Amino acid sequence: MRKFREFIIEKLVLLCGIASIFFVVLIFLFLLKEGFAVFKTVHPFAFLGGKSWYPISEPPRLGILPLILGSILVTVGAAIISIPIGVGCAIYIAEIAPKKTKEILKAGIELLAAIPSVVLGFIGMVTIVPLAKMLFHLPTGLTALSGSIMLAFMAMPTIVSIAEDALYSVPKTYKEGALAMGATHWQAIWRVMLRAASSGILAAVMLGIGRVIGETMAVMMITGNAAVIPHSFFAPVRTLTATIAAEMGEAVIGSEHYFALFAIGIVLFVISFGINVTADLFLHKRQ
Amino acid sequence: MNPHRTQKIAFSLLFLATFLVVALVGAIVVIIVQKGLPAMTWQFISDVPREGMRAGGIFPAIIGTLLLVGGAIVFALPIGLLAAIYLSEYARDGLLTRIIKLAIVNLAGVPSVVYGLFGLALFVVFFKFGVSIVSGSLTLGIMILPLIITASREALESVPRSFREVSLSLGASKWQTIQHIVLPNAIPGILTGTILGLGRAAGETAPILFTVAAFYLPQLPRSIFDQVMALPYHLYVISTQVPNVDEKIRYGTALVLLALVLFMNLIAIIIRYKFRMKKKW
Amino acid sequence: MVIFKIEKLNVRFGSVHALRDVSEEILEHEILTVIGPSNSGKSTLLRTLNRMNDLLPNLRITGTVELEGENIRRMDVEALRRRVGTVFALPLPLPLSIFDNVAYGPRMHGLRNKKKMAERVETALRQAYLWDEVKDRLHESAFKLSGGQQQRLCIARTLAVEPEVILFDEPCSGLDPISTAKVEDAMLKLKQRYTLVLVTNNVKQAARVGDRTAFFLNGELIEVDKTEKIFTVPRDNRTDDYIRGRFG
Repeated sequence: MRKFREFIIEKLVLLCGIASIFFVVLIFLFLLKEGFAVFKTVHPFAFLGGKSWYPISEPPRLGILPLILGSILVTVGAAIISIPIGVGCAIYIAEIAPKKTKEILKAGIELLAAIPSVVLGFIGMVTIVPLAKMLFHLPTGLTALSGSIMLAFMAMPTIVSIAEDALYSVPKTYKEGALAMGATHWQAIWRVMLRAASSGILAAVMLGIGRVIGETMAVMMITGNAAVIPHSFFAPVRTLTATIAAEMGEAVIGSEHYFALFAIGIVLFVISFGINVTADLFLHKRQ
Repeated sequence: MNPHRTQKIAFSLLFLATFLVVALVGAIVVIIVQKGLPAMTWQFISDVPREGMRAGGIFPAIIGTLLLVGGAIVFALPIGLLAAIYLSEYARDGLLTRIIKLAIVNLAGVPSVVYGLFGLALFVVFFKFGVSIVSGSLTLGIMILPLIITASREALESVPRSFREVSLSLGASKWQTIQHIVLPNAIPGILTGTILGLGRAAGETAPILFTVAAFYLPQLPRSIFDQVMALPYHLYVISTQVPNVDEKIRYGTALVLLALVLFMNLIAIIIRYKFRMKKKW
Repeated sequence: MVIFKIEKLNVRFGSVHALRDVSEEILEHEILTVIGPSNSGKSTLLRTLNRMNDLLPNLRITGTVELEGENIRRMDVEALRRRVGTVFALPLPLPLSIFDNVAYGPRMHGLRNKKKMAERVETALRQAYLWDEVKDRLHESAFKLSGGQQQRLCIARTLAVEPEVILFDEPCSGLDPISTAKVEDAMLKLKQRYTLVLVTNNVKQAARVGDRTAFFLNGELIEVDKTEKIFTVPRDNRTDDYIRGRFG
């Protein structure tokens, strides 16, 4: 009887363990199931490279290049801002800050991670957006730049915590060796620690970028949502995520528009899958 | 340049970067609290929205969010906990374990709006649950699954190996050992992870956009197959979709949502702290 | 009567050959002490006897171990561990009260009756010479006891399962001389009811409590004999060297 119970439990636990794989596959399958239909009418290359996104015109024109470029623009902007600041924060917290300050700073970063993205989007709307409009004399502050700034901020917890872990796990002897040879603390960090932690920091940056690409609500609220090929940081753009969030509500289930939005979901899924697998490889390389 | 001078400059810049981020976080919280507090009246918390959401309260949205979060946890906690038990107690190093871990990492990385699509395709359309609390809760549940697995696994693995050995050496079976020794000592960590998952679920908007959230529904749901309003979506709606909403209401809604999420985080931190204090080994 | 019969036992972990061709018998109501330098395979032997090694990956075992004529690999592992208890090197109380620590084993084996449980716990604590020190605070955390008390609690916990054999894995390595003497006292009395196997790094301890002593080196059983003989006229020079402290 006891043996039987142990057996059942072992199988049940295994089943739940496998559930994660099951869900990942299920998500991908259902995105494919709903999204693949769009390629009956639009060639995949035309879909990815098409320059106009007019999903409700007659006939609909379903090219997501403007959205891809929108995502890329916003992401690049966010990366430029967040990588130096984020890695800097990580260095400061891991290496320089005194113990008590460290705890406070970490709590602050954790707090940021806890704030819902819609709240940050709202705050961005009432702060960054009017500020951008005023500073750059723009017709609207809802721009790629505003989105990049907000997203850079939102990527911070991911970048800081993973990069800090990476720095923390560099063996103490590395640093001590450098210091013993007469290097200053900063030289030890710059020449030895950063290099030793490089694969972990790279993973941190990648996961931060993954977070940025996938971010939806804040970006939708402050980038202006113009589905045109962007030419400047100071113009409104629309990202892949925002397109799905903004348009799925109106898309008729089973329509081409609906399929196209799922196809965008496939693109996002593939991107995030690629980023996460690569980042995971980097993290394991470190160990 | 003098290396000590370089160090001074570098450290100042790093300090500045860190200070900037943390100060902004603080500023955001302060702004929301300051501007949101004037809206905090009993009526705001307990009344339904009125006049096209330009007056009244946010009661249905609060209840909706609580229901969704409750549903998500009912689904995600058992599966997540058992999965964590598998990984920490039963799994051997091998291909399967590697793939499961990779799947968890990926599940955590899937953009929230893609969860929304998935929930729409699977629960709303395929299972015909419709736009409903069930669909939304299940979608949120799958989304927080990786968080619960990871936290629970860490909690289980932090229970010393030696406890397991002692229990097994006394002739207890594997499951008895887990049930009587490992789980009781991992509960604070599991609880912490679960509450953080709750907080995450409460704040997410994109996964509920097409699976449950109602634009304007000034009443409470009667069954789990009804739509509900939810706080994050409500905040989105009144800040972008409805013109001329009093700023006070927007900030008030943001404050309630923020307070709800931070309250959960606070509980998690307190549990973690108390547990560390009285940790017995 | 032979309790354990070990024949041509080889244990490997991956590429490490931890025990080589060990054959030996363990007799009823004796204290067999096992000595040898670290990594000589003493603890591996112990952990093989109640299959605690099963938990380790990459384990390969050849040869047989029989408990009263029954191959332990074919026995139900929990039943085996009930009959063959272990006391570990460090005092390892479970994070429970004193009472619940001792009651843990019987409880897992289905003893529900409260009165019987109380009796079982008291008997075990008395046998481990701990009862008088803890009888008034049975429901305090076991971590409040001193190191020596904790180790005797662990002995009591093992006794409460009512095993036939008790394996001691360097049980006094973390204890002061007085606590050690108490534990040794307990072992000498326990031998009337149980069979004891004591792995120890302390040669003098082996001389004090062992009926027979086995000397291990690099995974091989060099020799085993009556303790007096091992300590006075060992057959192998290496045994002599070890006992006289020339290596290890």
